[in-house]
This record gives sequence, C-alpha cells and structure tokens, in this order.
Amino acid sequence: MPHTDSAGLLFLPLFLPLLGFLSILFIDRVQEKAIKYVTLIFSLLTFLASLPLWFVFNDGIDGFQFYSNIPWIPSIDAGFRIGLDGMSLLLVVLTTFIMPISILASFQPIGKRLKEYYAMMLLLEFGMLGVFVSLDTMLFYVFWELILIPMYFLIGIWGGKDRIYAAVKFFLYTLVGSLLMLIAIVWMGLYAKWTPGGHFTTDFLILKQLAPGIPLDIQIWLFLAFALSFCIKVPLFPFHTWLPDAHVQAPTAGSVILAGVLLKMGTYGLIRFNLELFPQALHEFAHPIAWLSVIGVIYGALVAMVQTDIKKLVAYSSVSHLGFVVLGIVSVTPEGLQGAIIQMVNHGLSTGMLFLCVGVLYERRHTREIADFGGITKVMPKFAVMFTIAMMASVGLPGLNGFIGEYLTLFGSFQSKFLNNPWYSIFSASGVIFAAVYLLWMFQRVMFGTNDNPKNHGLTDLTKSEYWQLVPLVIFIVWIGVYPKTFLSKTELYAQTLVGSIEKTVLGTSAYPKIKAQKIQEHVNHKSGH
Amino acid sequence: MIQDLLLTAPFTFLSAMAIIAMVVDALIKNSARITFLFSVITLIVSGILAIATFGQHGIGFNGMVTGGGFASYFDVLFSLGGLLTIFAARSYLQREGIEHDEFYSLVLFAIGGMMLIGHSNNLLSLFIGIEIMSVVFYVLSGYMRSSVASVEASLKYFLLGAFSTGFLVYGMALIYGATGSMDYNHIAMNITRGSLPLESLLPIGIALMVIGLSFKAAAFPFHQWAPDVYQGAPTIVTAFMSTAGKAAAFAAFMPMIMVLMPAATAKLQMTFAVLSAATMLIGNISALAQSNIKRMLAFSSVAHAGYLMMGLVAGSQSGYSGIMFYLTSYMFMQIGSFIIVGLLERRGEEHLEISDYAGLSKKHPVLAAFMTIFMFSLAGIPPFAGFFGKYYLFTAAIDAGYLWLTIIAVLSSIISVYFYIGLIVKMYFNEPEKEMPDTEIGLSGMSLVITIAGVIILGIMPSGILSIANAIFGHSSH
Repeated sequence: MPHTDSAGLLFLPLFLPLLGFLSILFIDRVQEKAIKYVTLIFSLLTFLASLPLWFVFNDGIDGFQFYSNIPWIPSIDAGFRIGLDGMSLLLVVLTTFIMPISILASFQPIGKRLKEYYAMMLLLEFGMLGVFVSLDTMLFYVFWELILIPMYFLIGIWGGKDRIYAAVKFFLYTLVGSLLMLIAIVWMGLYAKWTPGGHFTTDFLILKQLAPGIPLDIQIWLFLAFALSFCIKVPLFPFHTWLPDAHVQAPTAGSVILAGVLLKMGTYGLIRFNLELFPQALHEFAHPIAWLSVIGVIYGALVAMVQTDIKKLVAYSSVSHLGFVVLGIVSVTPEGLQGAIIQMVNHGLSTGMLFLCVGVLYERRHTREIADFGGITKVMPKFAVMFTIAMMASVGLPGLNGFIGEYLTLFGSFQSKFLNNPWYSIFSASGVIFAAVYLLWMFQRVMFGTNDNPKNHGLTDLTKSEYWQLVPLVIFIVWIGVYPKTFLSKTELYAQTLVGSIEKTVLGTSAYPKIKAQKIQEHVNHKSGH
Repeated sequence: MIQDLLLTAPFTFLSAMAIIAMVVDALIKNSARITFLFSVITLIVSGILAIATFGQHGIGFNGMVTGGGFASYFDVLFSLGGLLTIFAARSYLQREGIEHDEFYSLVLFAIGGMMLIGHSNNLLSLFIGIEIMSVVFYVLSGYMRSSVASVEASLKYFLLGAFSTGFLVYGMALIYGATGSMDYNHIAMNITRGSLPLESLLPIGIALMVIGLSFKAAAFPFHQWAPDVYQGAPTIVTAFMSTAGKAAAFAAFMPMIMVLMPAATAKLQMTFAVLSAATMLIGNISALAQSNIKRMLAFSSVAHAGYLMMGLVAGSQSGYSGIMFYLTSYMFMQIGSFIIVGLLERRGEEHLEISDYAGLSKKHPVLAAFMTIFMFSLAGIPPFAGFFGKYYLFTAAIDAGYLWLTIIAVLSSIISVYFYIGLIVKMYFNEPEKEMPDTEIGLSGMSLVITIAGVIILGIMPSGILSIANAIFGHSSH
C-alpha cells in the first residue's frame, strides 16, 4: 500500500522546474544574464528541494512513499498520482543533481537563442522528474512524450552540423515506440473495465494488481509493446542507431542529460512496467533480451574501439554500459536488480562527466577527432586529472563507482534462476576488458604522447566554472565506489520484495509449464465467463 | 409554437439575424463594419442561447428538429468556429482587399445551415441544412474573385458538391422507400420492428447516404476535391470550411448511424473501419509530399476525418463523445494554424510554400511558437488537445474490438508526425530563405489567443468537455 506521509514534499521539486520555465518565458530575451542565472537558480532550488525526499525516505518501508492522488480526468479514472520508491528516489535525485551541472556547462558554449534554450532545459527537467514519479499510466505517458519536445529542439537548434537529421531521427524513433506503448496502456485500462465490476482506469497500482490475471498470450503482446518503447530509449541493440547521431549532434549539456538521465527512462520503464507488471512474459523473453544485451555490451565496445571521434566513442560506450543494466534487470535477482539500478546512476555520473570533458576539449579546439590531439596532459594538468577519473570510473576500476554496478549485475546474472546460464556473465565480462581497451587507448592518444600540433600548445586549463562542474561528480563517483551502502540501502528492500514475489509467482514450484497451462485455463474461463 | 421556438432558439435566432444582416447589406453601402459587429453579437448571443437550452430535450416543428444536448453542443461549436473565423477574417479580408459587405452575413448563413444539421431529426431538414451550408461554401470558396485558383476552387467544389448531393438525395429517397418515413424516430422504429416491404433498398440507401456525407467530411475516396478547394479558397474560408464544415458532416453522421445501426451493424461498422483506415493513410501519405502549406493542411484535414470516423466505427457512447471532443480540439488547432498562414500570406498566393517558413522563429517568434504548438497538437503529442482527442477515439475503437484499426491509426500518426515536425524544422532549425512580411495581427490576435488557450487547456484539463459530451450520449434523445 502506498504511504501518503509528507506527500507534499514531492510537489516542490516536481513543480519548481515548471515554475522556472514559466518565469523564463516572461523575461525579455535581451536580458541574457538574467535568463542564465534564473535558470541556474531554479535548477539549484530543485536540487535542494529534492534533498528532503532523500532524508525523509524510509528505507524500511516497502511500497511507494510520498504518495498523493489528485483526480484529473474522472471519466477515464486518470489521476495525478505520484509517489516514490527506492528506485525512483535515486533517479529523481540524479536528475536534480545533473541538471544544475548541465546548465552551468551551457553558459559558455550556448551563444544563440538563450531564452528558448534555458526554457527548454527547465521543461526537460520537469518532464524527466514527472516520468520518474508518475504512478498513473496516463500521466506517465504525458510526461514521457513531453520530453520529446524540448529534446527535439535542443538537438535541432543548438546541435552540430547534422543536427536536423539527428533531431528528426530521435523524434521518430522515440515516437514509434511510445505510440505502441500507448496502445498497451489503453488496452490495460480497458482490461480493468472488462473485469467484472471494474471500470476503466490508468491507476498503476490497480493495474499492477490486475496484471497477473491477464491471459499469458496477451501479456506477451503487452510486454512487447512496452518493451519496444523502452528498449528504443535505453537503447538496446539493435534499436540503438539513433543514439550516436543524437549524441554527436547534441550540444554538450544535451549529451550529458541524454546519457545521464534520458536513457535511464528506458531502463526505469523496463523495471517499472515490464518487470513489475509482466514477470511471466519476461520469463518467456528473458533469454532473447539477455542475448541482445550481451550483444550490445560487446558490439558497443567493439564499435567504440574504432571511433575516431571522441564523442562518438563515448556514445557507443553508452550502448555497451547499458547492456549491463538490461542484463541485470532480466537476471531478476536482488543483486542483479540492485546492480542495474546503481549502474543507472553510475552511468549517469561517469558518462555525464566524460561528455563534459569532451565538451571542454571541443570548446578549446572545435574538433573532437582523436587524431587532432596529443600530449594534452602537459598543457592542461588539472583537466588531465578529471579526465582520468571519469575514464577510470567508466572502465570500472575498483574504488570508483562503475565497479560496484558492473560487479553486481554480473554476479546477479551469473546466479540467476531466470536465465540459468552463466555464459551471459562470462561474455559480458569481456565488455569490461574491452572498455578498458578503448578508453585507455583513446586516453593515451589524446592526453599522452608528444604535443606536436601547434594548435594544442597554448590551450588553457580548466576554468573555475568547468572545475566546479566536475568536482561534484567526482565526489559522488568516489562515494559510490568506496561506500555504496548509502545508495544501495535505498533499493535493497525494493529489489528483494520484487524479486521475491516474482520468484514466487513465476518460478514458485519451479514447474513453469504447469503455470502456463493454468494460465491458459484461466484465459478460457475468462472468455467463457465474459 | 413558442415551445418549438424555444427548443431551437439558437438556430432560429441566428437564422433571423442572418436575414437581417443581408437586408442591412442591401440597404447600406460599405456596411462591412456594421455587419461584422452585428455578426459578432449574433454569434455570441446564439452561443449563449445554446448553452441555456442545453438541458432541454424533445422534438419540435412536427418532429422535424430536436433541441438541447447534442444539438446545443454543436450550436456552441459552430458559433465558436464562426467567431474565430470572423475575428481573423476582418484583417485578412482587408489585407487582401476583398472585404465585400456580404461576407459576414454569408458566414452567418453557413452557420445557420450547420446548426440545422445538428438540430435535424428528419431527413428533409438534414438535407436543407446541408444545402444551405454547401451553397454558402461554394460562394465563399470563390470569394477572392480576382484569383484564378479561387474561382477554380469554387467551380470545382460546386460541380462535385452538386454531384454528391445527388447521391445524398437518392440515398434518402431509398431509405424513405424502404422504411416509409423521413423521421429518424420512425425510421428507427420501423427498422427494429423488422419485416420491411422493400428491405433490400435499405442497404443501398444507407450506402448512398454514406457516400454523400463522406464527401462533405472529405473522407476517402470522396476527398479528391479537398486539396484543390482548400488551397484555392481564401485561407480564412478554408479554416472555416475544414473545421466547422467537417463538424457539420459529423453532426449529420452521428444521428444517422445511431438510427440506422440496428439495420446493418457489423457491415456498416466494417465499412466505416475500412474507410477510416484508408482515409487516414491516404491523407497522411499525400500530405507528406506537399510543398504548399495549405495543401499540406488540406490533406492532413482528410486524415483527421479518418481519425474521427473511428468514433463512428466504435458506435458507442465513448466513440461519439470522442468525436465531439476531437471536433472541438480540431477546431482550435486547425483554425489556429490557418490563421497564422493567413497572417503571413500576401495576395492569396505568396508565402504559402512550406519553404517560405524557413527561419520564421527569428522574424516572428510568437507566431512560430504558436504554430509549433498547433503542429504538435495536430500530430497528437501530449500535453495538447489533439493528443486526448486521439486517445479517446483509440480507446473507443479498441473497446469495440477494432484493435487493427487503432494500430493503423497509430502508424498513420507516425507518418503524419514527419510533415508536422517538418514545418517546425523549417521554422526553427533552418535559416530564412525569403524575408517574411511584417504583419499586423490586429483582431486575429483574439482568435489566436482563444485557439492556443483551447489547445492547451483541453490538453491539460480535458475532463470538462468530455463529461459534457458523455452526458449527451448518456441519455440521448436520439
């Protein structure tokens, strides 16, 4: 049952960005400084407002906290239903934490149409927070689609050379997936109506109770409709082709948000909808999805290895890293699931930081070709330290955050009863080695060697602003690496209860075919009773 | 008699005022200013009358017309469409130099015809309503007399329209022959009682009527006139025809389906499903290939007729209230986008290419932002009105067992996104190719503000309109 204690706390961080967006609209476009600082202040306030959630959140309670339910469209029983559990808490705080950094990182590079840019940033933050707190399928869908609009403009107006192509591709890819999800959402609402005495609803908690009763063959279709939408967003191989385009063309802050938060919406959705609602269907598809994620891990790493553009390299490394997350999810073990969630946060921090570092280089040289650099360490020593930390975190060096997440997901998938096949872990472990290869190789070519390109001689080291964008990220990268318990404890109960209930329903008597037969029988009963 | 007049107050009041406006036109020279104000007041009053008579039920004038509920809702919708149109029309017509005195009274007549369609409870009154509306449309689409395209549009519309009217009348005659009545209630009664003497005529009659009305709604395969007429007609007239005109066609469709459904449920549903799927696909795919913005919006308007037909396919309360909601939101977004097109066009043909919109966001940031919202809404992206319109229709169709139709609708929406956001790409991501003219927004601003507010409010708070629509079909008089 959801807990409504101090539910008001959640409204403030959710609506502050919207308030900021509206206030930006009323500032004259020539007041560039005011626009910048108002945006920064609103994003910082949002972060501060999200901190009480972290401290008030009770680790020992199962289910959603800060829950509130305000009627919205009574005729379809859609409500403004929001709440947090351990997973969404982590992602909400990640979002509010990444946003001020990205906004600060935009001050220098973004030179045109500031008003639109900063308005879009705040709208984006509103949408992302909305996705993570929604407990109503209709509300979730509205927020999910709302994100398309600012992201489309961020890539399309402030992006690189091929920005229009990338923006349209991003828009269409995401929309294809989400419209199929819409059909699934409608179908589930109607299912609630078709049950005796039921009515149409988009209440996630009611749908969650009803979902196990849906006949398995239909569950599979619903599962696929949701999964396609989320896998495109993750992106899981082979739906990843929009990502490198979007990343390379987006401005630095756009890439940070894209990698840091937007991709997490996909993995979040996989857990929240696919895993929580349709575990039986997931069991049917666990192997194909696990294979796809393993392929993604290895393929992403191999393609990253041959990139000549640093940003593209980091983009493909995302495909590889998110493969681990998906593998952790389909392992359906407490370790795998917790690893997946913490890996989402890790990837947000370390890849976000890598993109910031690439942005630093790009601002100085207006190129991202690896071949154009060399021996940068000598001219930019402070930057070298930061870049090293980001890279090592991404490689998965013990003591930094990436290690914890990768270790847990591999451990989880190794002993998974769902997958029951150690080869997934063995293959994806190779991804860790590949990551070391492509990142270290890139680092060596960019940062070490001789600084023989005259254009690289006079580069200035990190500015104060750049320095302070990176330092908060370093703090958390080390924190998670050294003492992950602070973060893991938030999701521990969630992962254990979810996995426990799924194991009971799906694997319960470890006689899976029996359950299937029983479900078909129920389906027949359901049809004849209708 | 008084009872009858009260029941149809919005419609009778508006018709009387339209006649007075016409007389004023004839007596006073340069009366455009007077008739404009006169029409605004008339439309507001008849809208208020419609709201006041909403709670009434029953039939009047010997069963020719109904009032309240369904009819009132459409009365409000038509009045609103008329208001939005004439606010924007004033400056548009002056800019194009075609503000002849009779424009506003013609619009009033068209709305009178539409209201009669919404009120009709008899095939005869339906026919009269359709004809009044159509004849005015023929005239209005040729209103830019000096433009060849406009005259051609008028002629084309008239010839094809007359042809389709033939189908409509023939269909009505056959239905009369089969059921022995023109009155909806009697037709319904006779059909349910069964054993009609000339039963075989009924399906032919229904088919012919569906053809006639599909023409008015610009649905496949009777949509061919729409692109040419919508392109050639003065932009503001196109805005009016493609929204209020379409709403009128569906105001005719819905009662007809409710009455005739018992006769041919499954077949009729299937026919509409196929027509609906074809309409949205053809409309959206054709719109992809357009370079003229009016033509693009014309084809998209065809596609929207396809979405609307999903509600007819469902044939349920949620389907019909979905249509009502969709028509309302469609009126806001379509009129809104045409007003912007009208503001930027010159001499009826300049600045109408989509490529002319390149870089519009620099020259006209507010117009570009509004256009963007209209486009997102037309594409069905939340949180705008168009999304909820689609959502309700999709839900109704799936509930009625037409999952395949919903999937086609989703696919065709994806196609449509490509050209809707294509315009946004032009406005925001491209550099200007041609200087867009400065434009004086004037009274059009009023319409723009109303339409943008409608699109956003219906998108965020759709429940008000929806519960009204649900109430109508919860205990319908039909």
